[in-house]
Amino acid sequence: MADMKEVQSIEFGVLSPKMILKMSTVRIARAELYDPDGYPIDGGVMDPRMGVIDPGLRCRTCGGSVGDCGGHFGYLELARPIVHVLYAKFVYKLLKVICRKCGKLLTGIREKTSLKEVMKTANKKCQGCGEEQGEIKFEKPYSFWEDKAPLNPMSIRERFEKTPDEDLELIRVRIRPEWLIITILPVPPVTVRPSITLETGERSEDDLTHKLVDIVRINQRLKENIDIGAPDFIIEDLWELLQYHVSTFFDNELTGVPHARHRSGRGLKTLVQRLKTKEGRFRSNLAGKRVNFCARTVISPDNNIDIDEVGVPEIIAKELTIPSRVTDFNIAMVKEVVKNGPNVWPGANYAIRPDGRKKKITEESRNEIAEEIVNGWIVERHLQNGDIVLFNRQPSLHRMSIMAHRVKVMPYRTFRLNLCVSPPYNADFDGDEMNLHVPQTEEAQAEAMLLMQVQNQVRSPRFGGPIIAPKNDHISGLFLLTRKETIMTKEEAAQILAYAGIDAELPDKEKIAGKEVFSLLLPKTLDIEFQSTWHKGKAEKEEDSNVVIKDGKLVKGVIDKSAVGSEEGAIIDKIDKVSTPQEVSDFINKVSRLGTAMLDTRGFTVGISDNDLSDEAKKLVSKAIKKAEEDVADLIDQYNKGKLEGLPDRSLNASLEVYIMQRLAKAVNECGEIVSSHVPENDTIFMARTGARGSLVNVTQTAACIGQETVLGQRIHRGYLNRTLPHFKKGDLSPISHGFVGTSFKAGLTPFEFFWDSLNGREGLMDKSLRTRHSGYMERRLVNALQDLKVKYDMTVRDLTNSIVQFVPGEDGIDPAKSNWGKFDVDNFVNMEVSKDD
Amino acid sequence: MKEEIKITSHFVVPKHEILTPDEIKVLLDKFKISINQLPRIAEDDVVVKEIGASVGDVLKITRASLTAGVSQYYRLVVREQL
Ligand SMILES: [Mg+2]
Ligand SMILES: [Zn+2]
Ligand SMILES: [Zn+2]
Repeated sequence: MADMKEVQSIEFGVLSPKMILKMSTVRIARAELYDPDGYPIDGGVMDPRMGVIDPGLRCRTCGGSVGDCGGHFGYLELARPIVHVLYAKFVYKLLKVICRKCGKLLTGIREKTSLKEVMKTANKKCQGCGEEQGEIKFEKPYSFWEDKAPLNPMSIRERFEKTPDEDLELIRVRIRPEWLIITILPVPPVTVRPSITLETGERSEDDLTHKLVDIVRINQRLKENIDIGAPDFIIEDLWELLQYHVSTFFDNELTGVPHARHRSGRGLKTLVQRLKTKEGRFRSNLAGKRVNFCARTVISPDNNIDIDEVGVPEIIAKELTIPSRVTDFNIAMVKEVVKNGPNVWPGANYAIRPDGRKKKITEESRNEIAEEIVNGWIVERHLQNGDIVLFNRQPSLHRMSIMAHRVKVMPYRTFRLNLCVSPPYNADFDGDEMNLHVPQTEEAQAEAMLLMQVQNQVRSPRFGGPIIAPKNDHISGLFLLTRKETIMTKEEAAQILAYAGIDAELPDKEKIAGKEVFSLLLPKTLDIEFQSTWHKGKAEKEEDSNVVIKDGKLVKGVIDKSAVGSEEGAIIDKIDKVSTPQEVSDFINKVSRLGTAMLDTRGFTVGISDNDLSDEAKKLVSKAIKKAEEDVADLIDQYNKGKLEGLPDRSLNASLEVYIMQRLAKAVNECGEIVSSHVPENDTIFMARTGARGSLVNVTQTAACIGQETVLGQRIHRGYLNRTLPHFKKGDLSPISHGFVGTSFKAGLTPFEFFWDSLNGREGLMDKSLRTRHSGYMERRLVNALQDLKVKYDMTVRDLTNSIVQFVPGEDGIDPAKSNWGKFDVDNFVNMEVSKDD
Repeated sequence: MKEEIKITSHFVVPKHEILTPDEIKVLLDKFKISINQLPRIAEDDVVVKEIGASVGDVLKITRASLTAGVSQYYRLVVREQL
């Protein structure tokens, strides 16, 4: 390895004109790029001595070819000096502390200090020469005034030239200030601004080249005008123009001057634009890089693969490779895949001989190479079943956004993933795409397997509960299976188990309860009690309202979201605490398949008629709404008569709004109750009440009443003067005129109601997009601030200088990914310790 | 009338104590660090002024913690940073 030294310090500075001359190979003096024959002109902006960009040619300066030659700078002598825009503010600060006559620092301080300090105490009168100082004014981006008279770069430069080095040392300025006023402009090598040849043979130049041409042209005109002794105002104008062009060459997004544009109207991308923003050099090319051995395609769900698997299309598997070093242990496999060649999966694409020569495996050469292979070769074989890969969905907001999966090669063109891993990725299947990366070395594969595999990510560090869990149909199915009504014959039970791919011993009985089938999947030692989602918020206790599991048997209760769902599933939480990661993932795999197997045998259908209300219920609903509207009319009446009693801290007006909102909300709640007591049990209700999908609010809005539409949490008030729409009387305060929707989606909305719903919907959309942008930026700042922090083996959090940030991680030393909803689970710990002794 | 306000008596301000040189040594030995690797607090911090700590002192801060109930933290008093 090369000899390594620690970097002691880095100093940033400004190039002196001397340096620029020294590092340059060409003096640029001509604005033309090519001669009529299409060759670059010597002394032009594309002078070939500044490097090569055409393959095959050699550099006229160093003799290198494309790739060897990094290019060489040229220089341009400016006819008049100009201010370096990016240092304009610094120039301003210096002008304020430097004497206009003798260039000395306007301070009595004689020890090392800072520019900031001197600026605070700058004298009005120079103590060196006694000169009274003028008032310096700076106008962005590059204009200066002294006592109302313009101060041109030339006089600024003269002033700066007089400043003694010792004075600069006092304020820790390590450059000569006159270097900030450009006299010699470095012209970047052509290699950083290559021109491209279009199919038509036409040349298209880089934005920087365009800008340089502008600069050279104006510079020449300025020079000519000075030489012929043109009137001052012409020279001033050209000088200003030169300043503008050089400034936009540095930064084309300066405030206060127009941006330089292409003929098409597109803004030129100049130096600062190359570096800045997400698409700039830093964030796009240095902080983030493109990688090989990756794939991206649409995802689709597949219930028949395990949660730690990923279905990879064969087409992708044939493109992505893993280098396998040939040994006694794998030579048979390797020869086999090489014989298959690049087009038959599982095959191989390249073979690398021990001397490093790389051979492409082709249809013709595959058998020959397979014969040749001995130990020590490396073969780049296709992705095969069981290979470890990283799977990712953007935005990668937490660590579960990238997890290690095992490959399962499949037909067709989409990545397949188990529905239970969609919550950590936040994926759905409406066209979402995901990325896949193939670790190339054994170390990388082992590391991915140990740290990133799905099994180890079941508990989220965000809230300390399970995040990988069954959802949707799994939950509906498990609910239907474990209801007390579900009793089946042994054959039916065996059928479901077989369908789910579960190998378990059924109890030897004629009739088997669904609960018994479910119990087959539970660990034999599991004891747990909790409330089911099905019965949450229900006052009266039914037989099934509490879930009781004893010795791995489901004794009472139904299995739904609070048992196995994401973010709350008590059973998954418990199994994760007492068993190995493999057992948890096995349970999730089996239980989710059992759920869908149940649905496949029983059938599961939802339809709009699920939301039908009986005539009686409809009457109750319209009565509730009518009553509410009457009450509101009453409130308004009282308000108008001045009899309404206000709330503390609210105006009468605002109080009325609150009363109305409360009364209408009450009506909607009543509707909800009517719906839940009158709609017969059907699959839609099952989904809502088990937490599988949707909610009772959705059902209520479809069946009975949508309720108050709000904007910014208020009733809708915007629109015309004193009314929302011209169809209402001025000052109308009625529910209908301020966004109340008393009808249901099924019954249909009136035009007014539809309008209110659209207002509300628009707000929701705005909120969502604003929130995602906001949280994305917060995330970025947080990542930047925390990226170097590390928990060391002594359990202190250290930064990159090894200084302590926290003495105990998170103050409590708890790893949230191993916690019980963020806390330490004492009971579980004691139980585990006790059971160890048995 | 100007009233003297003691910030340390406010309920949101955690307890700050100055460590003795012996205690500092124990702390540094425990984490095997030099004194400069401790988190810092500026000498012109209101609390530092109020308890009369000076540059080079180490403060032990006992605060209520959302996650741990009570947590201990240490800060080295330093001259104001630029
Ligand atoms: Mg989507
Ligand atoms: Zn060269
Ligand atoms: Zn002077």
